[in-house]
Amino acid sequence: MKLMKIRDHNELFEAREYREQFENKKEFEDPWPAERVKEVAEWTKTEEYKEKNFARKNIKINPVKACQPLGALFCASGFADTMPFVQGAQGCVAYFRSHLNRHFKEPLAAISTSMTEDAAVFGGLNNMLEGLENAYSLYKPKMLAVSTTCIAEVIGDDLNSYVKTAREKGLIPEDLPVPQAHTPSFVGSQITGYDNEMKAILSTITTGKKSTPNGKVNVIPGFDTYTGNYREMKRLFGIMGVEHTVLADVSDTFDSPNTGEYKLYPGGTPLADAADSINAMATIALQRYSTSKTLEYIEKEWGQKTAVLPPIGIRNTDTFFEEISKISGKPIPQEIEDERGRAVDALVDSHPYVHGKRFALTGDPDLLLGLVSFIMEMGGIPVHIVCTNGDKKFEEEMTNLLTESPFGAEGKVYINRDMWHLRSLLFTDPVDLLIGNSYAKFLWRDTGTPLIRIGFPLFDRHHLHRYPIIGYQGALNMFTQIVNTVLDELDRKTMNTTSFDVIR
Amino acid sequence: MRQIAVYGKGGIGKSTTTQNTVAGLSEAGYKCMIVGCDPKADATRLILHAKAQTTVMDLARERGTVEDLTIDEVLLTGFRGIRCAESGGPEPGVGCAGRGVITAINFLEENGGYGADTDFVFYDVLGDVVCGGFAMPMREGKAKEIYIVTSGEMMAMYAANNISRGILKYAQSGGVRLGGLICNSRKTDKEYELISELAKRLNTQMIHFVPRDNEVQRAELRRMTVIEYSPEHPQADEYRALAKKIAENRDLVIPTPISMDELESLLMDFGILENEEAVA
Repeated sequence: MKLMKIRDHNELFEAREYREQFENKKEFEDPWPAERVKEVAEWTKTEEYKEKNFARKNIKINPVKACQPLGALFCASGFADTMPFVQGAQGCVAYFRSHLNRHFKEPLAAISTSMTEDAAVFGGLNNMLEGLENAYSLYKPKMLAVSTTCIAEVIGDDLNSYVKTAREKGLIPEDLPVPQAHTPSFVGSQITGYDNEMKAILSTITTGKKSTPNGKVNVIPGFDTYTGNYREMKRLFGIMGVEHTVLADVSDTFDSPNTGEYKLYPGGTPLADAADSINAMATIALQRYSTSKTLEYIEKEWGQKTAVLPPIGIRNTDTFFEEISKISGKPIPQEIEDERGRAVDALVDSHPYVHGKRFALTGDPDLLLGLVSFIMEMGGIPVHIVCTNGDKKFEEEMTNLLTESPFGAEGKVYINRDMWHLRSLLFTDPVDLLIGNSYAKFLWRDTGTPLIRIGFPLFDRHHLHRYPIIGYQGALNMFTQIVNTVLDELDRKTMNTTSFDVIR
Repeated sequence: MRQIAVYGKGGIGKSTTTQNTVAGLSEAGYKCMIVGCDPKADATRLILHAKAQTTVMDLARERGTVEDLTIDEVLLTGFRGIRCAESGGPEPGVGCAGRGVITAINFLEENGGYGADTDFVFYDVLGDVVCGGFAMPMREGKAKEIYIVTSGEMMAMYAANNISRGILKYAQSGGVRLGGLICNSRKTDKEYELISELAKRLNTQMIHFVPRDNEVQRAELRRMTVIEYSPEHPQADEYRALAKKIAENRDLVIPTPISMDELESLLMDFGILENEEAVA
């Protein structure tokens, strides 16, 4: 076999001719002198700069969030034979899709109604009508789940009346479910959008379906981008012997077997199961901040019991199983107890390397609550907790969590802040480890703090989303990631010393 | 809970008529709420006796996000327990007032601003349905009943006809209906007959003819409704009558807007607009 030799980006631009070109270009760029750049770069590491940085109001730099419709689209993609349908601009939808593609390395189909200047002036009715007609006749979905981008929201498109008009004109069948969620990007974040779309889908699809109790438990994972978590959850419910419906099961959508054949609708929660969710005995959400409106709706309109049980870390997972056992009346099997035992054993084995390590974290509210709880269980010290899309309620919940353990004493939570704020914190009060998404690698580059990639999006390391971070197995996976990062760092630091050891 | 939206040409007296009518409804024992949907935010001053109430968007601007607001800050109680909220919006000439209305109504809904025991919610909406935002009060789950304030002046009638077109759009796809025209008299010629006829052509009724009376202005100067300022005055009875008619109104229709030509010929029929040929 003959290997093709193609130099990639990383090698190519190191070649002599390119390096010369870069150097020669400077003549025309009129850059600041290198010493001055260095001087300012140094200044950005100071306490003085940190104060200015935290006083900044009108710009966000590297915020840890995406926008509402991305969450809505993600939610819709977890229902079987469902086409996410976005009333709005084409570029926005391209971004949602590529963002998800880059994380999952998997394609995703979604519709945009391609609103342009004329739609902005005359309203998006025609775009919606044509879009619904085309989407239905081309892709034969069993559900079209509508969300919106900014353009439709600013001009006040009335989705409900548009969909009614489409039905009256016979463009889509009378009985095709077309749930609609208003998801302006300038409000909230992807977790808000997920919540809005979930509420819209459930309220649409369960209409008139109330009948006899089905004895099942509904599970709403929330904006959870770990396909491994979905499979793990189903496995655990299987072991518990609890019949369940995962609402918005994206595991096959974003992690489907390669059979050589493309499937437009590769999986998702069957619509009949989703419609029957109204007859379940309870609904369990695994995240609080991406499901609050949905849970409120389920309690009020369905009269169903709900609980928020995020299974991240040992204690949270304990609570999860205790509550599931109470709700279902089924005991916790020995198999699960053993899993717990093995995870705890692993924690004890690596304890010397993690105990007392100081952490900085950034991510979505629910993930951060789970991680901080877990870090304190391992004897780690959460220090900087930055949450761009956290609200005051989250801030309070996190603060309370920190006061529950002596390891939380140094912890401070920052809502509405971004990674540039975190950069200042990492310089003025350095920590041992950083947890964040792929964008946090800029912080790793600037500050040298080792990065553990947990969260969304994860673009620059592969397959992480296939491994669960929930349950005892998930705790073990995360712990492995954390302790091995510590050990990698230790090797790097002791490389040329007598402490460079084979056994750690 | 009945949700009602009041539309009409700018300056026609929507806010004055709405507040006086709501005062009448409250007097009759109904629990009422007014939601001002106009950046000028003058839909509640007669009920609250205040220059202008703090609006949802004022506070949102101050705090940077509507999420940091609490409902008590923007929902005030005035004359006879009438609850008042104003959407507010940007300065004239900038931003997007329509989006302000959407944001404010969403905020009120999500934070339980409407209250379970409310009988009537009145949306007092700016001049004309100029964009999607100002149609927000007509969306599903909101106002199903629309009243248009008009007078015998041609442009007011023109606006009334135009608004009917907007209502028609929502009536076809939803349950929005026109409850009637309220004639806020400007003492133009044959005003009563003219508006009665316009109402007929629009497939609706002139629900009430509110005569012009300076007592309204005197009350307004003191930031009060006539019903509060001079309850014995005959003008107060006019608003009570209008309130009663609205409370009892079952005549809710899909409007049949007319063409500009038809509107002009209507004015000619009443001798208000001269026939061009006759003039020549």
